[in-house]
Amino acid sequence: MSKANLLDRRQVVSTLLANRKDVVAIGGLGASTNDMCAAGDHARNFYLWGGMGGAAMIGLGLALAQPKMPVLVITGDGEMLMGLGSLATIGLQKPSNLSIVVLDNEAYGETGGQTSHTSTAADLVGVARACGIKDACAISTMAEVEAFAKAVHDVSAGPRFANVKIDNASLERILPTRDGTYILNRIRGDLGFQPI
Amino acid sequence: MHAHAEAADTAPNWPDDIFATLQRFDVRQVPYVPDAGHSKLIQRVLASSTMRGISLTTEEEGVALLAGAWAGGQRGVLLMQSSGVGNCINMLSLIPILRFPFLTLVTMRGEWGEFNPWQVPMGSTTQGVFELSGVQVLRASNAAEVPAVLEAAASQAYNALTPTAVLLSQRLIGAKVFTK
Repeated sequence: MSKANLLDRRQVVSTLLANRKDVVAIGGLGASTNDMCAAGDHARNFYLWGGMGGAAMIGLGLALAQPKMPVLVITGDGEMLMGLGSLATIGLQKPSNLSIVVLDNEAYGETGGQTSHTSTAADLVGVARACGIKDACAISTMAEVEAFAKAVHDVSAGPRFANVKIDNASLERILPTRDGTYILNRIRGDLGFQPI
Repeated sequence: MHAHAEAADTAPNWPDDIFATLQRFDVRQVPYVPDAGHSKLIQRVLASSTMRGISLTTEEEGVALLAGAWAGGQRGVLLMQSSGVGNCINMLSLIPILRFPFLTLVTMRGEWGEFNPWQVPMGSTTQGVFELSGVQVLRASNAAEVPAVLEAAASQAYNALTPTAVLLSQRLIGAKVFTK
């Protein structure tokens, strides 16, 4: 794969969330969830510290429950690879308000930087498209990130998928809250749901 | 083919009882991996105007989906067969961490007259896997007890946030018949 045009992950995520309005954002296990926190904590941030492979499916459940709400999954290549089947499930359901962004550094950054399948073989854009997600693209410029961030708000034209090749710089960890019940109930509260 | 579910006029009614209970509890998302024992219930769900049947590639997707559904204000139920329970194990950790209502209905294989030995190891550990993962297990072994078991399971799952699995026994469903 080309090593040109590698973007800065924090800049990508802060651009995706800069004008988020009512977006509910789900951060996959690993650096993606930290990137979301680094862009600014928010009541509609769904930080994952576990459940590897589940980020896109959490996004699907949310998108189907709230069809007028833009739902944005931000995850890494390793997390997405563990849930590849979920792209087929999403391709079948076609939730028009769901967007998925993969921050692809071609490595398992949290565990020592071991290379992932996307480094030499797997093409996640091709997988997404072949699973029925027609709006699937590779992003290599910040202008494309900005355009995607705008498109996220169009809840009638998804699902959409973008793979963003990022550099593998090791950044300071910005850790979000680890209290899952708090995270989930904060989102529910912000959406207007009462505790049971 | 199942010994107890061949022609339409002999099709069991217990799936209709399950459907009615799920409807009454306002269940909206129904992720599933198909199983012959769930086929009638899946048909009812797919024909429903209030429930959305969501076909999965693997069962763990359904656990994550239900977490997202609840974040968005909807209840769901996961339909699978016993061999799928093993596929869920790590994702089940989301349930105590996020505390969302979790109900799953599991058609059992690997017990009561099983023909296929390959079903037996997972079928034998299904209940243990759930219990070790913090999911309470209820069982229905005959059609008459299905409504009460479902009512109890849905009540505790949705009202008390008690993660619950209902094992629909092979005795209820009928052992799968393999013919040459």
